[in-house]
Amino acid sequence: MLPIEVTSLKKHYGDLKAVDGISFTVKEGEVFGLLGPNGAGKTTCIEIMEGLRERDGGEVKVLGLDPWKNGYQLHQKIGVIPQDFTFFEKTTPREAIIYYADLFNVKVDPDMILREVLLEDSAKVHFDNLSGGQKQKTGLALSLVNSPELLFLDEPTTGLDPNARRAIWEVIRGLKAKGKTIILTTHYLDEAQQLCDRVAIMNHGKIVAMGTSEEIIQQHGSGERLEIHGSEKLADYIKANTDLQVDYNAARGEIIIPLKKRIDALAALAAAEQSGMDWGEIQTRQDSLDDVFIRLVSGAEINSDETEAKPNDRRRR
Amino acid sequence: MVSGKRIFSDFKVFSRGYLRNKFGLFFGLIFPVILILIFGAIFSGGSSGTVNVYAQNQDTGPFASPQMDIASKFLTALNDSGTIKVITVDASENFSQYLADHSSSDGIIIPANFSANYLAGRQVNMTVYGNPASSSSGIVSGTVNGYANYFNLNYFQRKYSDTTPAIIGITSATVNTQQTNYIDFLIPGLIGFSILTSPMFSLVNISSEYKKTKLFKQLSLTPLTKIEWLTSKVIWYIVLTIAGFLLMVGVGVFAFGAHVNLAIGLIPFLILGPMLFAALGMLVGTVTKSPETAGVIGNIVTFPMMFLAGTFFPISTMPAYLQTFAHVLPLFYIVEGLNNVMVYGNIPGALIDMAVVLVITAVIFVAAVKLFKWRED
Ligand SMILES: Nc1ncnc2c1ncn2[C@@H]1O[C@H](COP(=O)(O)OP(=O)(O)OP(=O)(O)O)[C@@H](O)[C@H]1O
Ligand SMILES: [Mg+2]
Repeated sequence: MLPIEVTSLKKHYGDLKAVDGISFTVKEGEVFGLLGPNGAGKTTCIEIMEGLRERDGGEVKVLGLDPWKNGYQLHQKIGVIPQDFTFFEKTTPREAIIYYADLFNVKVDPDMILREVLLEDSAKVHFDNLSGGQKQKTGLALSLVNSPELLFLDEPTTGLDPNARRAIWEVIRGLKAKGKTIILTTHYLDEAQQLCDRVAIMNHGKIVAMGTSEEIIQQHGSGERLEIHGSEKLADYIKANTDLQVDYNAARGEIIIPLKKRIDALAALAAAEQSGMDWGEIQTRQDSLDDVFIRLVSGAEINSDETEAKPNDRRRR
Repeated sequence: MVSGKRIFSDFKVFSRGYLRNKFGLFFGLIFPVILILIFGAIFSGGSSGTVNVYAQNQDTGPFASPQMDIASKFLTALNDSGTIKVITVDASENFSQYLADHSSSDGIIIPANFSANYLAGRQVNMTVYGNPASSSSGIVSGTVNGYANYFNLNYFQRKYSDTTPAIIGITSATVNTQQTNYIDFLIPGLIGFSILTSPMFSLVNISSEYKKTKLFKQLSLTPLTKIEWLTSKVIWYIVLTIAGFLLMVGVGVFAFGAHVNLAIGLIPFLILGPMLFAALGMLVGTVTKSPETAGVIGNIVTFPMMFLAGTFFPISTMPAYLQTFAHVLPLFYIVEGLNNVMVYGNIPGALIDMAVVLVITAVIFVAAVKLFKWRED
């Protein structure tokens, strides 16, 4: 049994298709990242899996349970950090952990959990006096109380300082090492690359790419290319004297040669040398996940600029 | 299903948060006491509470023993009656001038040799000043007459029947006629007022805020259930209500000499009341979309009850149509029940009120739990 099986999941709000028929599975012990621009449908999708929202269509199985119908059972086994985590104003993180432990009827050492998420210093501060990052860490601490086998972390590191972010990465790596399954959303692609075994990029309620980040880069990226600083004449010369594809970026004064084989770079450079013309810096480059993400997401945005303006505005109200 | 342990841990967290928030504590406990002090002070000068009386004691003795100083004993007895407060005036003053200077019409002069004459069985007259148009003068002359009678009877009883016991029924209570004063009525009313306002406003606010900030969603991810959550709030407001009850009764009795009949019959009202209004507040917070609308609806539901359910004035003083209206307000039955127990000692009447409150509470509680959603659809 896979911890998560989602098939043709749909959720709409009026005319807006917040989640538009997505399917994916997550394996046990896997860290799965959901990426996508604001309003893509990540939180909606996650909350459906947590049993907090009812779906309009499709099948969802989480730890073998229907999250909406068997939510109470499911909640014993999962840990959740909601986006925009809040808690009782006059309660301290330490008291919150003890409260959760009582509710889940488990024994925990609150100080150990606080240490784990780097929150010992604010253990006795009322929640409404905590900084944004400290609140977020409280959320993470609470999600750990019931030692869940599956965790949903909705933007766990948004608004954290770099140090705290790394601390949370460590916690997540630790959980992964213990074999926990984790679903994570983030807007930081480096974070996704650092932590996630596989990612899905969502846009307008659909999954537009899925796989390891290497797979996504390979499938949707432009591949490796050679860039030579030089004139357009040089570009034409190389084109004429090799059977390579040669593009020229006039604005940056760059000759761009996509490489089918790495050895092609040698032919290109030999031609450049032969030409007797001047040329500057050379480098080989490959699309990063960022490049692919921007291409996938903005490409879709250009096509449906009008329809998409609205939901994004609505979020910002 | 329902776990006492979870209710208790939620109760701990909630009550601690409540106590840390000075605002809630003020409205829950201090505010009703302030209301009692204000209303008690306003209305006790008239037909209820203590009346100031100036007394000039011209009987300066000499007394063979302090026991023989009947004049002082008489004034002490008056002062202890709870109805009037004796302010002594020096024997050298011109008494009527003194009263005028102090804008008072109530006074007593005890003549010289009063004690000696009394002990000798000789008639002796004291002078009671008063204004026939003022209700306070009526209280003064009534009380003084009562004590004079008492002292007279006491004299004869000692003189002629050394061996027979005291004449039954002749005690100081004859003077302290058990009339119901405004303060007696005000205490149950204000207890009702705080039973209504404290849980109601709080639950309207919490339930709509928690919905907005998604705290309910968050709690739904724990094993805590809706019933447990609501129950822990109800328990807290019962605790608060009982604390408020003791405070208010204490202040009423000690500051204003209120007559309060404390009976077991009060307890159901002190338990059902907070339960009813906590659930009603929850219901309002649940059926409304935003904290703002919840606040407005909450006020619409609460305000008529605050004033028309017999809290500040007996509904018998209201026009007939308002009296009819009062009978649809849940708080009315709580206040009436409290009055029946605390003021009139009318237990059968209170039982009927109790039954009505029980039914309303059950309906509202069930409705609140049923309609209340942790999660959205
Ligand atoms: N309760 C709701 N009622 C109406 N529309 C909603 C509701 N919840 C979400 N939406 C809409 O669904 C879309 C997806 O929202 P969602 O919160 O899932 O996005 P997201 O990917 O998590 O975005 P972000 O990265 O900003 O958190 C948005 O356009 C949002 O406006
Ligand atoms: Mg989101």
